[in-house]
Parts: sequence; C-alpha cells; structure tokens
Amino acid sequence: MTTHPTPPLAMQAMGLTKRYGHVVALDGADFELAKGEILAVVGDNGAGKSSLIKVLTGATIPDSGTVFVDGAEVHFKNPLSARLAGIETVYQELAVATQLNIAQNLFLGRELRKPGLRGQIFRQLDKSRMRQQAADHMKNLGIRIQSINQKVETLSGGQRQAVAVARAAAWGKRVVILDEPTAALGVRETNQVLNLITRVRDQGLSVVLISHSMPDVFQIADRIHIHRLGRRAVVVSPKTTSMSDVVGVMTGALPADAVQSSLIAPSPPPETAGP
Amino acid sequence: MQTSDRVRTDTGQARIDAEPAGNPPAGLLAGLRRAATGLFAYPVAGPLVALVLILVVFSVTTSTFLNAGNLSLIFQQSVVVGTLALGQTLIILVSGIDLANGAIMVLGMVVAGSIAAGGDPGLGMLVGLAVCVVGASINGLIITRFRLPPFIATLGLFTILTAAARLYTQSRSYPINSDFMTILGEGPSFGLVTITYGSMLWIALTLILAYALNQTAWGVRVYAIGNSPAAARLNGVNVNGVIFSVYALAGVFYAFAGWQALGRTPIADPSGYQIANLDSITAVVIGGTSLFGGRGGVAGTFVGALIVVVLKNGLTQAGIDSLYQQIATGFLVILAVGADQYLGRGQRA
Repeated sequence: MTTHPTPPLAMQAMGLTKRYGHVVALDGADFELAKGEILAVVGDNGAGKSSLIKVLTGATIPDSGTVFVDGAEVHFKNPLSARLAGIETVYQELAVATQLNIAQNLFLGRELRKPGLRGQIFRQLDKSRMRQQAADHMKNLGIRIQSINQKVETLSGGQRQAVAVARAAAWGKRVVILDEPTAALGVRETNQVLNLITRVRDQGLSVVLISHSMPDVFQIADRIHIHRLGRRAVVVSPKTTSMSDVVGVMTGALPADAVQSSLIAPSPPPETAGP
Repeated sequence: MQTSDRVRTDTGQARIDAEPAGNPPAGLLAGLRRAATGLFAYPVAGPLVALVLILVVFSVTTSTFLNAGNLSLIFQQSVVVGTLALGQTLIILVSGIDLANGAIMVLGMVVAGSIAAGGDPGLGMLVGLAVCVVGASINGLIITRFRLPPFIATLGLFTILTAAARLYTQSRSYPINSDFMTILGEGPSFGLVTITYGSMLWIALTLILAYALNQTAWGVRVYAIGNSPAAARLNGVNVNGVIFSVYALAGVFYAFAGWQALGRTPIADPSGYQIANLDSITAVVIGGTSLFGGRGGVAGTFVGALIVVVLKNGLTQAGIDSLYQQIATGFLVILAVGADQYLGRGQRA
C-alpha cells in the first residue's frame, strides 16, 4: 500500500455498527475529521446521523468498529470520557441554565475555587477569576454582551446559543460537535451563530456541524459528510459539489460515485497494527 | 483546563449584541410590573417589604405588639419553623418538596428523648441526629433512584413516620430533664428581651447555608439543577448526587430544628408539630423561593419564617380568632406563589 502524507486527522472512525434489535442504525459507518476544519454531517431523517454522533460523543457504545482521536484508538464509555478526550458537544436542546449568569454557565460543572485555605477548606468559588476568564473568552470569540453577570434568561435565543457554543469552545481541546445549532433561530441570529462557528474553527478547533439547513452548510462547511442508510456515502467539498448534487446523494437519487470525493484518508483505511 | 490556556485571536467578525429579549412594556400597569419584576433581582426585597408593612400595621393597630419583649418572643417563636424551612428551602430550590420534615424531626426528638430518659442525653442527641439524616436520606434515595415525584415520596414517608413515632413511644411523650438538650431555649436576658442560643443558632445556620449556596460550586449546581436538570446534566453535573446531598443535608437541619423545639418546650411529644411541614413550606414560599426551583434563597426564607410568626402573633395581639390567622396565612401563600408565577415565570424559556 502506498503511503502518502495525509493531513493530520482530529478524529477518525472505521466500520462502526450499531443495531437496536432488527433495526440497523449504523452499518459499517466510517468518519474522518481533519484538524481545524468545519465538517458538516448531512443526511435524511433516519440515515443514522444521530447514532453516528452518539458514538463520537460517547453517548452510545458501538457494537463494533473503532474510533481514533489524534491517531490514538479510544473507547468511550460515556459522555464524560469523550469530554476528557477533548470532545465537547452542544446538544440540540439549549444546554444552558437560564437562571445562572453567563460566567456561571461557562464554568458550570468545572467551577474554579479560590487558592489556599479559602478554596480548599471553605470551598469558596473564585468568582472574580471566573468572570475575568469568561469575559476574555467571550471577547475573543467576538460575542458582545453587556455584562458577564447577566442572567442567561435575559438573552435572546441566538445569544443563548452563542453562550452554549462558547462554552464548548472553551473546554473542547480538540473537537466541538454542534447538533442543529441554528434550528430554532431567525435569519439574523443564524448568521451570527454561523460566524461564531467559523471563529471557533479559526482558533484551531475542529468542528462537526450536524444540520438540516443546506444554505448553512454551504455557507461555512469546509467539507460535507453525506450519511445514507447507516453509513457514509461520500465526503464532498462544497466548492466542487452543488447543493442539488448533495441533496441527490442524500436521498439516493444520485449515486455516491457520481460526485467528486474529498476524502483525506485512503479508503478503505489502512488496517491498524494487529495484536 | 482553563479558558486562558489557549491563545485566541480576535478578528472582529461575528458580533452578537446583547439586548434584553422581548420588548420593553409600556403603560402604568407595565411600569408596576417592571418595578415588581425589579424586586425579583433582589429576591429578599419583596418579603422584606411585606414584613415591614405587617410590622407597621400591627404596631399602629395594637398597643401590645411593638415592644422589645414581644419582638424577642416573635424571634423565639420563629426558630423551629425557621430552621425546618432552611432544609425545605434547599429541597424546593432543586424543584422538590418535603412533606415529611416535621415527622422526621418528631421521630428524631422522641428517639432522642427516650434514650435521654434512659440516662444518656448525649447518646440520645447523636441518635436523634442520625434518625433525622437517615429519614431525610430515604426521601433522597426514593426520589433519585426510584424516580418518584418528591410530593408522593415525602407524603408517604410523612404518613409512615408519623405512625412510627406513635408506635415507638406507644403514644407517650418524654419530658426532657437534660439541660443540654433544652439549652437552645436559654440565653442572655436584657430586661424583657431574651436572646436565646436557639435564635443565635438559627441566624448562624442561615448564614452558613447562604454561604454554601452563594459561594461554593455545590450551591451553583443546586440552582442549576432547579433551573434545568437537563442542562445541568449535559454540562457534566452529577444531578442525582447533588439532589441526594440536598435531602441528606436537609436532615441535619431537621435535627437542629428538633433541638430548637426541645428548647421551646422540653417535651418530646410524638403528636407535636403536625403541620410544621406546611408551615415550613409557607415560610419558604412567602420568602420568595420559587416552587418551580432554581430561584430564591435562605435570606428570603429567614424573612418568610418571621412573616408567618409575626402574622400569628400580631393577630393574636389584635384579639382576632386563630382561624382568621390561618385564613390570612393562606392568602399570603397564594399571593406569594401568584407573584412568582406572574413575575418570575414569564421570563423563563
């Protein structure tokens, strides 16, 4: 087999299968995500997108198949182990606590304590340090807010989604996975969130964008993973493939080999070293 | 990992401006609504205004209400419900409710009283504490592990423990002779004013719990869970663990409330404090903590407990039948929950 330099992959999966009784959710699905790219994952309802994402985020354990993060094989047992590997997810339902302020939301579950005895014995939170870091982070992502102490309930839908994305970007060391981040938003807010996603990528993170909105996908995706019948049909570039061709492959109207593939890793991927 | 670990660049592209969601309301009614909503920014302000108003009314309408002796008595009358209500506040903050807290406290008291009657008050106190923590933890276990609604779980335990206390004592009550067990009713006196150790303990427990809720990660998570359990879970919070800790910790407060009760009346009576559960819920709700969870706090509950007692005390001073006192308290509860519903919940997503 020829070896040629491939761009480093942030995440890769091979031959994922998952059955629920007689229902085959994943049927030998492959996946690859390059470093610093926005990869859109599209597919018809029931194509197995959600099952794929659940495996990548540790929410589901596949029946077979392997997942690699930064080239190393991983076995996620639960969402926490995926998170510890540097993979953060923004779920479709807004994962923000509206009664907490922005800083509290960014640090929820990972609060910072004061140094010394006040932190160790009295478990006192370091509110000023969390506020400062949260404000810096929001500023770096270009999210303008009146105050980091604002309760999230005072924010609009787009701003709340921005807080959720900012949170994932703050803690995700490698990959941020976004499940339909613009589904509930208007046009203007959708654009704001899409801009935010490109900035997350520009800061060096890899982004997986699950979306039903073709205009969104073509606006910001670097590559498009088309999922069909429980497996990856093809990965294409929005620069070389038209929106109608993507929809064609998605629905089966167009065969996958009729469009130009933008796969990075050789396909089928090389076997990993045996035991 | 901290957010500052990575270098980030600002390319000045995406701007998401923060304007408050929704349009600013107009008109007098809306102005009132805005003012009332503003009070919610300082949750303790509403109850405090109500308490002051009630104090003024009773001071003007009765001659016996406003004197140092009566005011210190009000404080002493508040400690049992006030301490129970601290535990109740925690539970309501995570969208729960505890109908069993009075029954747990009474069982702890009679067990402690029976052991003390056998000659070992120190052991009695420790076992009483254990009974309260275990009783409250059973609530927590049923609610987190078996997913029963808190109302049903604690209603069941309320019935069971009320009967258990009577069976255990064979419906007798234990007079308490130990000075230590009744010490919370004592305290330094200044003329007519007695500042009991129980009052001091109530204030201290309120401050400690306020610190835990406002200054620790555990407190932030309590509010997050009451606000949105799903969001808390997605953000990696151990939701069931925190909820269980809330119920177990409430048991500690019930034990302190039992100690307070023995200081007020030195008898461990299995048929006492029958409606302490409802009084504690009343104090929490009047204190501005939302029954939907996630909003409120112990400062409001402190004021709420005082309101409940001031209302009873003042109406007694005014010579009004105790049935009317209950009616007044009931109206206040409906008013407080109504205010929460219309002012607070409208903003929720």
